[in-house]
Amino acid sequence: MILHPAIIALLLSSGLMSILVVYASWYGFRIVRKWDLGSGSSAQLELERRTYLISTILAYVFGFQLFSLFLYVYTADSLCTLFTGAMCAAGTLNVNGYGYPVLIFKLVNFLLAGFWLIVNYADNRGYDYPLIRFKYFFLIGLAPLLVEETVLQTRYFLGLHANIITSCCGTLFSSTGPSVASDLSSFPAPAMKIAFVCSMSAVITSGIVFMWKGKGSYLLAAASAAALLVSLASLLSFIGPYIYELPTHHCPFCLLQKEYTYVGYPLYFALLSGTVTGMGTGLLTPFRKRSSLAGVVPGLQKKLAAISVFSFALFTLIIMYRLATSNLVM
Amino acid sequence: MWVQKQRNIIDFTISSLNRRKGKNTALVLVYTLVVFLLASVMFFTQALKREASRVLRDAPELVVQRMSAGRHELVPKKYLAVVETIKGVSSVRGRLWGYYYDPVVGANYTIIVSEEAGHAPGDITVGSGVARARAAASSDIFVLRTYDGATIPFQIKNILPSDSELVSSDLIIMSEPDYRRVFGTAAGYFTDITLKVRNAKEVGTVASKIVSLLPDTRPITRREILRTYDSVFDWRGGLVVVILTGAVLAFIIVAWDKASGLSSDEKKEIGILKAVGWETSDVLLMKFWEGTVISLCSFLTGILLAYVHVFFTSAALFAPVLKGWSVLYPEFRLVPFLDPYQLATLFFLSVVPYTVATIVPSWHAATIDPDSVMRS
Amino acid sequence: MSILQLKDISKIFNQGRHNEFIAVDNVSVAIEAGKVTVLRGPSGSGKTTLLSLAGCMARPTSGRILFGDRELTSLPERFLTEIRRAAFGFIFQQFNLVRGITALENVMLPAYPLGGSHDELKNRALELLDLFGIKARASSRSEWLSGGEAQRTAIARALINNPGVVIADEPTAHLDTRLSREFMDIVDRLKAQGKTVIIASHDPLVYEASVIDRVVSMRDGRIEGAGA
Repeated sequence: MILHPAIIALLLSSGLMSILVVYASWYGFRIVRKWDLGSGSSAQLELERRTYLISTILAYVFGFQLFSLFLYVYTADSLCTLFTGAMCAAGTLNVNGYGYPVLIFKLVNFLLAGFWLIVNYADNRGYDYPLIRFKYFFLIGLAPLLVEETVLQTRYFLGLHANIITSCCGTLFSSTGPSVASDLSSFPAPAMKIAFVCSMSAVITSGIVFMWKGKGSYLLAAASAAALLVSLASLLSFIGPYIYELPTHHCPFCLLQKEYTYVGYPLYFALLSGTVTGMGTGLLTPFRKRSSLAGVVPGLQKKLAAISVFSFALFTLIIMYRLATSNLVM
Repeated sequence: MWVQKQRNIIDFTISSLNRRKGKNTALVLVYTLVVFLLASVMFFTQALKREASRVLRDAPELVVQRMSAGRHELVPKKYLAVVETIKGVSSVRGRLWGYYYDPVVGANYTIIVSEEAGHAPGDITVGSGVARARAAASSDIFVLRTYDGATIPFQIKNILPSDSELVSSDLIIMSEPDYRRVFGTAAGYFTDITLKVRNAKEVGTVASKIVSLLPDTRPITRREILRTYDSVFDWRGGLVVVILTGAVLAFIIVAWDKASGLSSDEKKEIGILKAVGWETSDVLLMKFWEGTVISLCSFLTGILLAYVHVFFTSAALFAPVLKGWSVLYPEFRLVPFLDPYQLATLFFLSVVPYTVATIVPSWHAATIDPDSVMRS
Repeated sequence: MSILQLKDISKIFNQGRHNEFIAVDNVSVAIEAGKVTVLRGPSGSGKTTLLSLAGCMARPTSGRILFGDRELTSLPERFLTEIRRAAFGFIFQQFNLVRGITALENVMLPAYPLGGSHDELKNRALELLDLFGIKARASSRSEWLSGGEAQRTAIARALINNPGVVIADEPTAHLDTRLSREFMDIVDRLKAQGKTVIIASHDPLVYEASVIDRVVSMRDGRIEGAGA
């Protein structure tokens, strides 16, 4: 394993987070079994107190997932020099079979933690903890995913061995060893451009419609999910090349570097926040009917939809600006 | 509205921290120390890596060494002719260099022949480390023993500038005939071969051709050297970080202890807050800001101190471990280098464990029953 | 008209364990709006516990509490606290001012989580301190206040959010006769403002004062018949 400080940092903090989440879900399990709001017994009071701890833990996990997503990519990027053929993070992640799965897990867990926090927020606004059971079942389901992510990440890093001169007889990597340069497959640009425009319009429109009429939250949620996937594919397909001003450069990670004015950060933040809030809006709809939430959920959904629309709009604007000012003509 | 609430709570948090200066100072000191140690290691390793790669940029693209029974052997002149025949290769040169042990100071020098330097026989250029070790200055006489016991006096033409100390500290540059005289290397033999490849992408192909034409050689590419250096620095840096996890662990325990060991005064205060209308989440918020203020102070101070330590005192505390054992320490000033990535890593190594350690104790504090205040 | 109704309230500590303690045993009482009610009884009679139950500071082990027409018993803590913050003002036996901060800050404390304008809050707090004649001591640290000043600061703090109900636990315990009488005058003023006042005390100076509308006697966690 490569004993790089950033790797130690990631492994250590992921490990701590996993422990916290397992601890939280253990209490979640107890809450699901023993919750009884009507009773004033000290056991019930204790459970109610615990819910604060669990919410706090999950809030931290959410923030951590976001940061660790970027730190993970950054680490992969800075390690690329240690592997033949790896030009940036894309190459490093390809070194063994765990690199990309970990990235996907981090992304999914970030979204799930975000959903949990949205559900938690709604639950707390209801005077009888209406969503408590659902919430904690959700948590119990989320915990194994986080643990699995930590395990895979550990395996990934343990499986990284730098291509360095290791013995006096030396090894030549270029020809004898495998190269990890990855050709990130990309879809044809014209088709993706159309798909991108369509999906952005769809999500922003459905968001505005929802804010105005209060209907169509499932549409918004679906459109957000689609927007995420289409955007990621578009970044690979044509957005990347325009920003890099190089038709063959498809890497989605190089956007995060200084050379491109760190444009990747606002882009990914906007994309992720838009997706979480858009899908979260749809997530809350089944709970509108609960009596204690009837007054709370619609307002909350409108706020989430607004954030979603704003985020996707920002995302689109930044991209359009970069495309317009790019020196590339494709 | 929300902003005003945060401001109110931060207000109260700061006043509350001030009221418990003693306890908090101890924590901040330990926290700062941990950040300082970790940051120093990271800054130092990173700066060295950058220095090494900057300097290696001028290293030859491809070096060909001859191996015999796993050991390094001299390269016969005819190998150069063979290498020259390979397509895409330019400027093939034979290099002469070796190690010289000086019993007077117990140091190893690297003696190298440089055609560009164009030394006349008897003239040498020495690196600043060598000059320091032998207390020699320009135009002094510098005596070396040959392989067969004779001594040759050389004259120091000049001393290499200190900006290049990292690679040149232990160097002695001399003319080819002098080299062969000192080491007894027969004419027609070189230590190794360096060459340039016209198209950078072809380096690998050229290297494999060399191996097939000259099976007892091993070609080393510059990229491989860079990778190895990177790895070594990373590894050494990582090793120290791993050792420091002991310190981080102790720090976590201190943090946890401080957070859970609420004095009766503090407990009373929180009880009062709850009693007059603060919710558990408000108290949790206060604890969050408390942690943030402490973390921010310690993190920034630790980084600042580490920056000064590494870039102004050249890592006085660490140098021995990370540079390796040697009599000739290059004296050099590291180029200050800071990037957000380092800061992020440090954040994960210090602030995250601190936060995790204080989550449960903070929660315990925040869930104090207001009732308890009524009956005290 | 009852502003607060407690029905069959019990509070049991350490339930099910060997040191189980029944603080309040099946108490039912209705508090009338705009009146001054006194809970009278020796220490250990459960007055303090009953006060904290009435003021939404604790949840009963069994029974129901109605505030106006709202059922409070199974409300989650954050809702309970919201209601308490807005509707109830507490004056504790030990005053319980936060040490190390000024009288003014102490008064403003309960309103911090609400996040209103800081200046507005400050003015309100100063007005209250002025009302009780201690404006001059506003920037003194709470440890340096005399007994009477501390109590008046505590009262000002209880009123910062303009509550409808004021609850006081043994308010005269640390006061001499003169200050005790002054306290009862303040209670009179509060009543005149239309506030409901609930006081727990075993001090005759309190429960025999003319301003009192009703006395509820307690012993061993139970009510001993209602007096008027």
